[in-house]
Amino acid sequence: MDDNHIVEIRELVKRYPVGGGHFTALRDVTTDVVVGEFTGLVGPSGSGKTTLLNIIGGLDAPSEGSVTVLDMPLGGKNHKELAHLRREGIGFIFQTFNLLPVYTVFENVEFPLLLMGMNGEDRRSAVNQALEWVDLMDKVKSRPAQLSGGECQRVAIARAIVKKPKLIIADEPTANLDAENSHNVMGLMVNLNRELSTSFMFATHDEKVMGYLTRIIHLIDGRIDEDEQVSKPKYREGK
Amino acid sequence: MLRFLIKGVFRDRSRSLFSIIVITLIVALTVLIRGFMAGIFDDVFRQSAVIFAGHVKVTTRAYAEESDLLPNDLAILGSDSLVAALSEEYPDMFWTPRILFAGLLDIPDEQGETKEQGPMMGFGLDLHSPGSRMVEIWELERKLTRGRLPERPAEVLLGETYAHRLGVEPGDVATFIGASMYGGFVTYNFHVAGTVSLGITGIDKNMLIADLRGVRMALDMQDAAGEIVGYSHDMFYDDEGSVALAVNFNEHVPNPENEFSLVMQALRDHTQMGAMVDISEYAIGLVLFIFMAVTVVVLWNMGLMNGLRRYGEFGMRLAMGETKGHVYRTTLGEAVVIGIAGSFIGTAVALPLVWYLQEIGLDYTGLFEGMTFVLSSIIRARITPDCYYLGFIPGVLATVAGTMLSGRGIYKREMSQLFKELELEA
Ligand SMILES: Nc1ncnc2c1ncn2[C@@H]1O[C@H](COP(=O)(O)OP(=O)(O)OP(=O)(O)O)[C@@H](O)[C@H]1O
Ligand SMILES: [Mg+2]
Repeated sequence: MDDNHIVEIRELVKRYPVGGGHFTALRDVTTDVVVGEFTGLVGPSGSGKTTLLNIIGGLDAPSEGSVTVLDMPLGGKNHKELAHLRREGIGFIFQTFNLLPVYTVFENVEFPLLLMGMNGEDRRSAVNQALEWVDLMDKVKSRPAQLSGGECQRVAIARAIVKKPKLIIADEPTANLDAENSHNVMGLMVNLNRELSTSFMFATHDEKVMGYLTRIIHLIDGRIDEDEQVSKPKYREGK
Repeated sequence: MLRFLIKGVFRDRSRSLFSIIVITLIVALTVLIRGFMAGIFDDVFRQSAVIFAGHVKVTTRAYAEESDLLPNDLAILGSDSLVAALSEEYPDMFWTPRILFAGLLDIPDEQGETKEQGPMMGFGLDLHSPGSRMVEIWELERKLTRGRLPERPAEVLLGETYAHRLGVEPGDVATFIGASMYGGFVTYNFHVAGTVSLGITGIDKNMLIADLRGVRMALDMQDAAGEIVGYSHDMFYDDEGSVALAVNFNEHVPNPENEFSLVMQALRDHTQMGAMVDISEYAIGLVLFIFMAVTVVVLWNMGLMNGLRRYGEFGMRLAMGETKGHVYRTTLGEAVVIGIAGSFIGTAVALPLVWYLQEIGLDYTGLFEGMTFVLSSIIRARITPDCYYLGFIPGVLATVAGTMLSGRGIYKREMSQLFKELELEA
């Protein structure tokens, strides 16, 4: 695997059993993701964006082909090994935030570190740093129900970033946010991308999100239709 | 991590509170029913033991075979030395001779003519010898309704309803008419000292309680007794112990073929008491089983409902890199915590109630009017040692079992499926 590659996909096919036969959600997908890329999967509904992100995240298994993520070939790996990969190397951001309602902002962000078995001292400083990143230091003790949608998604970003993963996977992160919050959240992720060289992979329909991407992979019917490098993203200053 | 999750359990009211309430209820009911059943069966055994069977009873073989007829011609001779021997040999029990006898009771008027007459069932008990516990275990002082307890051998107590029917007052004379041990016709003048009400209709209506010495004189039974009964010192019936004792005794009886050789029977051997003893042992198991089943089903469903609500959380946790096994195990861990909490509360709620029922009892006089069953009119519960932990069986096991069943969904679903349910939530 190329040192520079964070994801390598070769001739990936994904079929879902449907009725007696099967439905092919992804076909012949071959691509690489380079460290530090800010990539988006775009395409019509049902084109396979979520399916591809799930496979990269080890949440779904390929039917054919090979997928290597963070130097780990996913073929033949068991649940535990895949969980380990996610725990150590991948952060997830969801469309619906998925914060744990009974825990405070601090505790929600702390959760991935508990899974990693990090000690209390290190946890505290990492959580505080992540919350500073997303500018939510004044809400540490709040519960998700007391936050706005934009704030919730910022907590989710803090939760994804707190363990400093190499790759963050975000499926429609702005779908439940208004324009202002969408820009706000995307701006945060751009900063993280720049300062920590964290690679991002999005799935999105959102024009605003596309305006930040440095690379856009167009999916149609489970196939890569176009793979476009964006030299001057509309909303992204500098670079 | 565990602390983190437990914190969540107790903050999530909808998850923990309802579960804990259900478990508390089930556990409290289990403990209550246990205490209650123990009390009722104790009562049944105690009454049966006191009035009829003893915890164990020694008679001649021939007497045992015809015991319904109260065949005092088949009584044990030399009973006093036998009581002494039994007390020596089996000190875990106390032993007492007694004579059950039947006949007629004749109430004379001032002229000595018959005023009233009625069939009588007599209990000749050792009321007066030093150390005798008969007055105590028959609770005669408490059950005395008129007059006083007998003080001399010829003084007797009559059942309250019996005395009423015969028109007898304390102080009156009542003449026994019946057969002696040798089959001869006898009459004997008893003096009525008082009346008692045992609260058992079938017995009170023709009961006479007399001192053993008086009965021996009346029936010409010097140093003889129809039966010798043994009781455990705490008056609780220990079925296994009693049966073992009887078996041991019977093995050592010389020439058991002889009809006058001795035989020992446990309470269980007395008419229907065997079935009763068995029921008392299985009943609590049955109750536990039913409660377990109910709890498992309730918590299973609750777990499913909670689970549906929590699939989002599970999906998120899997995405964060938790393994399915870990999610499942922590869910069970939460169930254990909730189960223990509910069991603690349930047991703590129930024990004082059982204690109250043990100390004060529940008076249901009149509720079972005319019941021939041997039961006193005050139900008492008993805090058995297992009351302290029994509730934890349905409380914890059922909670875990219910969670195990409902949590299978975590395994059955494809991970991507759990994960996709995240998107449906919103
Ligand atoms: N578990 C499954 N079983 C059968 N078919 C599935 C399954 N999951 C996804 N599909 C199908 O695979 C195709 C791709 O789905 P996917 O969720 O990847 O689309 P998407 O591009 O993310 O769409 P959207 O923009 O609506 O989120 C769809 O046609 C979907 O119906
Ligand atoms: Mg999708």
